[in-house]
Amino acid sequence: MDRHQEQPQSRNFFTPILRWFDDYPIALAVIGLCVIMSLISSSFLSFNNIMNVLRQISMIAILAAGQFLVLVAGGIDISLGSIVGLAGIIFSMGMVKWGMAPIVAALLAVFIGGISGFFNGFQDAIVGIPAMIATLGTQGVARGLTYVLTNAYPISDLPESISFLGRGYLLSIPWPVIIMLIVFLIIGFISQKTKFGRFVYASGGNPEAAYLSGIKVKKVKITTYVIAGCLASLSGIILVSRLASGQPNAGIGWEFEAIIAVIIGGVSLAGGKGKIFGVLLGAILVGLLTNGMTLLNVSSYYQQIVKGLVLVFAVGLDVYQTRKQNKA
Amino acid sequence: MSEKVLLEINGVSKSFPGVKALDNISFCVKEGHIHALIGENGAGKSTLIKILDGIYKPDAGTMTFSGKSLSPRTPLDAQKQGISVVHQEIKLVDALSIAENIFLGRPKTSHNLIDWKKLNREAQVLLDSLEANLRAEIAVRNLSIAQKQIVEICKAMSYNVKLLIMDEPSAALTIKEQEILFRTMRVLKAKGLTIIYISHRLEEIFNLADEVTVLRDGCLVDTMPIDNVDRKRLISMMVGRELENEYPKEKVAIGEVLLDVKNLCRGRMVKNISFQLHRGEILGIAGLIGSGRTETARVIFGADKKEKGTVLIKGKELKKQTVTESIQNKIALVPEDRRSQGLILGMSVKENISLVGIDHILKNKIINNRLEKIMALNFINKLRIQTPDEEREVKYLSGGNQQKVVLSKWLAVDSDVIIFDEPTRGIDVGAKAEIYRLLVALARAGKGVIMISSELPELLGMADRIIVMHEGRISGEIYSNDATQEKILDMAISH
Repeated sequence: MDRHQEQPQSRNFFTPILRWFDDYPIALAVIGLCVIMSLISSSFLSFNNIMNVLRQISMIAILAAGQFLVLVAGGIDISLGSIVGLAGIIFSMGMVKWGMAPIVAALLAVFIGGISGFFNGFQDAIVGIPAMIATLGTQGVARGLTYVLTNAYPISDLPESISFLGRGYLLSIPWPVIIMLIVFLIIGFISQKTKFGRFVYASGGNPEAAYLSGIKVKKVKITTYVIAGCLASLSGIILVSRLASGQPNAGIGWEFEAIIAVIIGGVSLAGGKGKIFGVLLGAILVGLLTNGMTLLNVSSYYQQIVKGLVLVFAVGLDVYQTRKQNKA
Repeated sequence: MSEKVLLEINGVSKSFPGVKALDNISFCVKEGHIHALIGENGAGKSTLIKILDGIYKPDAGTMTFSGKSLSPRTPLDAQKQGISVVHQEIKLVDALSIAENIFLGRPKTSHNLIDWKKLNREAQVLLDSLEANLRAEIAVRNLSIAQKQIVEICKAMSYNVKLLIMDEPSAALTIKEQEILFRTMRVLKAKGLTIIYISHRLEEIFNLADEVTVLRDGCLVDTMPIDNVDRKRLISMMVGRELENEYPKEKVAIGEVLLDVKNLCRGRMVKNISFQLHRGEILGIAGLIGSGRTETARVIFGADKKEKGTVLIKGKELKKQTVTESIQNKIALVPEDRRSQGLILGMSVKENISLVGIDHILKNKIINNRLEKIMALNFINKLRIQTPDEEREVKYLSGGNQQKVVLSKWLAVDSDVIIFDEPTRGIDVGAKAEIYRLLVALARAGKGVIMISSELPELLGMADRIIVMHEGRISGEIYSNDATQEKILDMAISH
């Protein structure tokens, strides 16, 4: 049975807190990791370090927010890392080679991200190619385009005016963190408070029933891919301004970290389930893990292994829980 | 017939957190009998079967099987002792042959290689012993559901089964297929096999069973020879009270034409369908499974595109033929399979109810929690949906209550024409009566109701008029006052 049935008789002060942890079991892991980290390093809990960690996760987290919508709608997008790269290059080349104003170049990059997302959605929803394969194709196309456009050379000499995005602060909070929080607030609002958000959950939860309830499932699904593509571009733009150059290799493997964040954040691979707040916690957990391993001088090669295992473990847990629920 | 007891169940109890699934159950199954086990959903039938099959362990009580104490630990263990279960869902490998399926995991070998001749020969012996007109070499994917069930039975027989447990084997079968299954069961019985038979269909039980055991809310009501009871008494034993009237039909004044379907065509399943539906009318659609009833409903509803013909609602033609257009014109479809087509199982009762009428709960384009709750509570009260609260996930509700949630989502947009496809499938007797009362209430409110059903008694009891379909065409139409099961079946099978 489920947890709603075992209503505790005595509602005390802790009840709502316990229930909250029930909804977000990952919060325990985040708190646990924080405790361990602060024991290892005394500077961990300082404001600066916390902001530093948040800034490190911000770009993956923005990617994860888009991935979240796609997964809830019943798809999956593994092209997002390549879109980060492509959008970053479009943004840099727009300013450096094509003489665009930064804002115009940024809009163009977001637009290209949206087109890539539409291409993903079209393949998945209209043609019916399995999402994993469809977006794998886009991954190759987008990365290839990035290399073709740049000949695999980085783009440098970017205008100073964009550096605030990656390196600046507002009231001593890094801009990427602010942008990330805004993105999460917007996606949270869309998913919980709007008709479209409800339709996303319905389409992923049971596409047939959603269709028979008058929901245009294909349109909903395509829209989630488009949003994810646009957010990946945003992430790519922030990365460019942080590095002060457009790197053709940017974003390789990021979709992997974004998927880890979303899945350990409690979003089901089966679709129709999950909350954006869990995704934020998931991204923080991934960030803490990276941060901690770096502090412990674990080589980035071993870090890959750990992250891979975390992903498999999280998906395994999700599959196990889905199976258990289907039995109930 | 021997009166030897094969299986004795003595004081078996089983609890799950919060539920007592079985409470001190004791009864005997006699050797060579077909023993029917009946009860509403949640009465404890499945739990009992799972105990016999070694999936659950009882908390208390003992079982004796052919004189020996029985406590199977796994389904395989149960099989070794001579108990096999044929489940409702068929578990065969479609790509393999009948023979390979029967001996799956236990191939006949000689010199470490598979001996195909021996394998096929032994499978054929089993098939022939059931008088099944099937060849062991053909692939299972070519078989009908009833034939697949026969293969399942053969598989069970190959383990030297003494007690065969069949869990609602007839639920998904067409009338013809049911006949095949029942004949097989009689053959099995003639061979001295004992069968425990679970079914919701009382007619079958009277036809097949020697004895019947009724469970209710995890308790044993009674076990008795089938000759000692009648239908009415069985129902009251299952429900625990007298159902004074199984079909609470009321005469309602029939009004103007609501829905006018003309020469509708789509593929092989919908051929030249024309009919009218009036306000206050309950129109039944009968026909065998595969006769095109569901397909016709889907085309009218706009879920599938028509090839030819017109659909008019209140005189206005539906041009675009989309679900959205149908919803705007107040047509609703309560589909055949609630769980896979009607509900978003992971969503709450509230969210399912508001799904179609979501525009009614928006305030400045934002979902308003208060309005949504009011909408949900309104229907929970009106249709008496049994749920702890509106936030409960709909998958935890019983079949009857789930069906009410599906209906609520259509009533929330004030639908005028409501198409019910198998409205009471898999719903227990008590809840059925409630669904029937809802149908009558809809008719009384001046709505048009289309009721597709495979259960003729329910069509005869509830519909004003019945259309019969056969191979995608309307093969007959009859007012239920003049209709009998025989007449309808006759039209459904040939014309």
